[in-house]
Amino acid sequence: MTDLTKLTLAEARDGLAKGDFTSRELTQQHLAAMEKGRELNSFIVETTDIALDMADKADEMIKAGRGTGMTGIPIAVKDLFCTRDIHSCAASHILDGFKPKYESTVTANLWQDGAVMLGKTNMDEFAMGSSNETSYYGPVNNPWRATKQDGRLSENNYVPGGSSGGSVAAVAGHLALAATGSDTGGSIRQPAAFTGLVGLKPTYGRCSRWGMIAFASSLDQAGPITKTVRDAAIMMESMASYDDKDSTSVNRNVPNYEHALTGDIRGMKIGIPKEYRMDGMPQEIEKLWQQGIEWMKAAGAEIIDISLPHTKYALPTYYIVAPAEASSNLARYDGVKYGLRVEGNGLSGMYKNTRAAGFGDEVKRRILIGTYVLSAGYYDAYYLKAQKIRTLIAQDFAKAYEKVDVILTPTAPSPAFAMGEKSNDPIAMYLNDIFTVPASLAGLPAISVPAGLSADALPLGLQLIGRAFDEETMLRAAHVLEHAADYTAQPKIWWGEK
Amino acid sequence: MSVDKKTVAKIADLARIAVREDELDPLAAELNNILGWIEQLSEVNTDGVAPMTSVVEVALPWREDKVTDGGYRDEILANAPDSAHGFFTVPKVIE
Amino acid sequence: MEKYIPKYIQGATGDWEVVIGLEIHAQVASEAKLFSGSSTKFGADPNTHVSFVCSAMPGMLPVINEECIRQAVRTGLAMGCEIHLRSVFDRKNYFYADLPQGYQISQFKDPIVGEGEIIVDLEDGTTKTIGVERLHLEQDAGKSMHDQHPTQTYVDLNRSGVALMEIVSKPDMRSAEEAGAYFRKIRTLVRYAGTCDGNMDQGSMRADVNVSVRRPGAELGIRSETKNVNSVRFMMQVIEFETRRQIDLLEDGGEVFQETRQFDPASGTTSSLRSKEEAHDYRYFPDPDLLPLEFTQEFVDDLAKALPELPDAKRNRLINDLGVSAYNAAVLVAEKESADYFESLLDSLAHKTGKAKEELAKQAANWVIGDLFGALKKTGKSISESPVSLKDGAELLALQIDGTISGRIAKDVFEIMLDTGKNPELIVEEKGLKQVSDTGAIDAIIDEVIADNQDKLVQYRGGKDKLFGFFVGQVMKKTQGKANPQVVNQLLKPKLDG
Repeated sequence: MTDLTKLTLAEARDGLAKGDFTSRELTQQHLAAMEKGRELNSFIVETTDIALDMADKADEMIKAGRGTGMTGIPIAVKDLFCTRDIHSCAASHILDGFKPKYESTVTANLWQDGAVMLGKTNMDEFAMGSSNETSYYGPVNNPWRATKQDGRLSENNYVPGGSSGGSVAAVAGHLALAATGSDTGGSIRQPAAFTGLVGLKPTYGRCSRWGMIAFASSLDQAGPITKTVRDAAIMMESMASYDDKDSTSVNRNVPNYEHALTGDIRGMKIGIPKEYRMDGMPQEIEKLWQQGIEWMKAAGAEIIDISLPHTKYALPTYYIVAPAEASSNLARYDGVKYGLRVEGNGLSGMYKNTRAAGFGDEVKRRILIGTYVLSAGYYDAYYLKAQKIRTLIAQDFAKAYEKVDVILTPTAPSPAFAMGEKSNDPIAMYLNDIFTVPASLAGLPAISVPAGLSADALPLGLQLIGRAFDEETMLRAAHVLEHAADYTAQPKIWWGEK
Repeated sequence: MSVDKKTVAKIADLARIAVREDELDPLAAELNNILGWIEQLSEVNTDGVAPMTSVVEVALPWREDKVTDGGYRDEILANAPDSAHGFFTVPKVIE
Repeated sequence: MEKYIPKYIQGATGDWEVVIGLEIHAQVASEAKLFSGSSTKFGADPNTHVSFVCSAMPGMLPVINEECIRQAVRTGLAMGCEIHLRSVFDRKNYFYADLPQGYQISQFKDPIVGEGEIIVDLEDGTTKTIGVERLHLEQDAGKSMHDQHPTQTYVDLNRSGVALMEIVSKPDMRSAEEAGAYFRKIRTLVRYAGTCDGNMDQGSMRADVNVSVRRPGAELGIRSETKNVNSVRFMMQVIEFETRRQIDLLEDGGEVFQETRQFDPASGTTSSLRSKEEAHDYRYFPDPDLLPLEFTQEFVDDLAKALPELPDAKRNRLINDLGVSAYNAAVLVAEKESADYFESLLDSLAHKTGKAKEELAKQAANWVIGDLFGALKKTGKSISESPVSLKDGAELLALQIDGTISGRIAKDVFEIMLDTGKNPELIVEEKGLKQVSDTGAIDAIIDEVIADNQDKLVQYRGGKDKLFGFFVGQVMKKTQGKANPQVVNQLLKPKLDG
């Protein structure tokens, strides 16, 4: 039998519909790939039995003619999503043993459509990180490694980006056809760029946050991580919904995103923000961006220079808002209702010991920063100031969208880096998200599309940022960009063959 | 604005995270590094700018006053590190 | 109205003035909790009225209960306060065993209800205006039980997330009596408006009592805050105790500290709450899971229109339109049930007798307050548990008004009604208590009495006028009190005078 793990989601969907193979076969091949790919450390939990059971049900659905775009598609689920009776710990020690008695709205939507769960993927603890090195379950290895000048593959492990590192590693390593991710400041897009995948963060409010373990409530959004733009469109349609259990969910019809992929962007106005041309940006990133502009122009789009003047303040603004919200969101992990408890001197001692033992360094760092910026006497100078700048950043975008339909930028300022390279320098790590954070702060949809390779033959991505709730135009542009880039590179398999 | 050891101890206490004495100085240095970097925001003129309250332009949805939830205590207590007689339990709080 | 006279307390070193402010927590009357669909019913088994939302499970989100919004607005309207068309929910961050989220959702900077004024009646016949600072909506906490186990505290989250209205007064009260009157007035108002059941035993209303003392006319002194006082009597004890404690402290050259205290009902004293930490730092910030709460003036106007008649208006109507005495009117409106009973009784009486309400109101009020309340007080029952139904009460009064029975007999019939629960008409029938107004029958009896008391007749005619009463008494005796006293008077006079 052919290797079904190399299919795209759309190809698998079509094959299932035609009866070329069953979901059980498709799922079994992925389960086998997962077993071989354990060295990637992309899964925290493999739900083998559940997967096969769901596959059989999907096969029945397809047989009965009730199949949808996601029916029978084996996917990986980021550990941030609560899945009923299945380990859901946000890769944190503090949620040890937590098995929720409820199902997140996003995953419930996917199961409703017949998707198959392969397991829960590794991630940065509570989605805080850009390299997937902060997980309690150990770092995730990028399926990609740099190619040395002599053409040999590096012996070092590379980071997959973060925080959805396990999800991208699983898809890039062909252990899953697609995966759910979550994006607070770039956690879908940056890892997608680091692994040659498509990562879509929809408009804030498009996917329900109910049942998704919160990091920063005003920024968190779920989205798909896939091999192609078409795959992202198919999966997005299933994940998105209005949810009356989430007060920030937006009541709008979910369009058929795949229909938006017409291949025609003639006359589309594409904005190029000058402020994204940062000092010290690697030449190859700059070059790729320029190449992207050329591709879009060649496809008939109109390129328009725009200015987003507050861009440089986005990242420090984010590092006030996100930790502040996180410091409060993570207060519920106190050893009382679920997860870890470490006894101590009285109630307060129990709290302090539990939280000291349960949270990793990066999470603690952000809780402390967040606590500080909200504390008496500092609120106005930090949090209030940051929320005002956030307004300015959103206004910058609003002004730009008077002139353009989408904005094209690089996704990340570098390709994937070697494990450990930035883990001792928080700010260097934070800078990974410099191009992804502004759209997050403004709540706008954004997508990373694989567009080329670095000098070390590591994947590079370009980002398209759309208007609020206009994922369709953004996807149409992304689809054209993807085809122009004609990106076909695959990682050389170094794992599981010892 | 820079934080010292004492401030770190205070915020760690507010956040209920035990921090050893020898961790305070390195933590203060780390936090100062980040806060120093954040400091650049002070150069932005935000006079008359309204703080962002929500990125989505929608109204707060209202729920009907109906009992639609609850009544599943076993599921509430299922993940508790410790419980007894239908209660969560914590180390005794002396008031 | 008499003029309000300031009240000073004599200390060893001169006069002192006490300044009191109250923060009243009133549980909103609603079926479900403020941000979740679980029940607010009192007295359920522990943790049975708890959802994943009220137990702060990971990924759970708040959705506001519309009735709680309405109730807060109604209460604000009943207190004559400004209603804010836009308000904001903030998180108040602190750790405690019965606070599962690690924060309380409350309203800090922008409450739903703003300033207003409450007029209270004082015992000396004066009135006083007390300012309301604000009313805001917030979540209640769960319940910690410290006496169930030697080393553990048990936590029940049934109350967790129940809606509370915190009503904050201005520091306008100057005596325990004023504070008591203010608290009672607020309780009356919320009960009239139907926004809180005012049930103090179940903790539906409780107050934090802020007390400070100062020299008359001086700046405000340092205040103490005594938490969770759950009866008017206790509140007044707290104020008396705190006033004395603070004056003694200051007169001995000591200092009052701003602190939180607790009340011990057994000793009637307050003591400092053990607190190792310095002042709280609640790190308030707008809850990113919720949007600002907004509604229109029309929404407010509709609620205002549907509001029932409030106690002040009702009292004025009883006095001015119905001729009830000021004292009786005040007593009747103090409890909504009393006022409701009285008004229904009056309706029914007017219907039965065909007379106008203003002709009947005075007598009905006297009966409710004198006879009925007296009887209830003796048996320790409330008006809602009255052994005399509305129908029977109205019947009894009607019998008296149409002359069927005399006022004297009515009192006897009422006693029998209380003992037997029988209907008054039946009692009158069975016991033959109908008033005799038949002049022929009374004439005959008068003749008999005069014949039997010739000596008294001589004395009467000789100028001893007082003996008229003796003859009336004899006639009444012979008729077992049933003779109509007016008829007796009319007939007796000419016969005695000869």
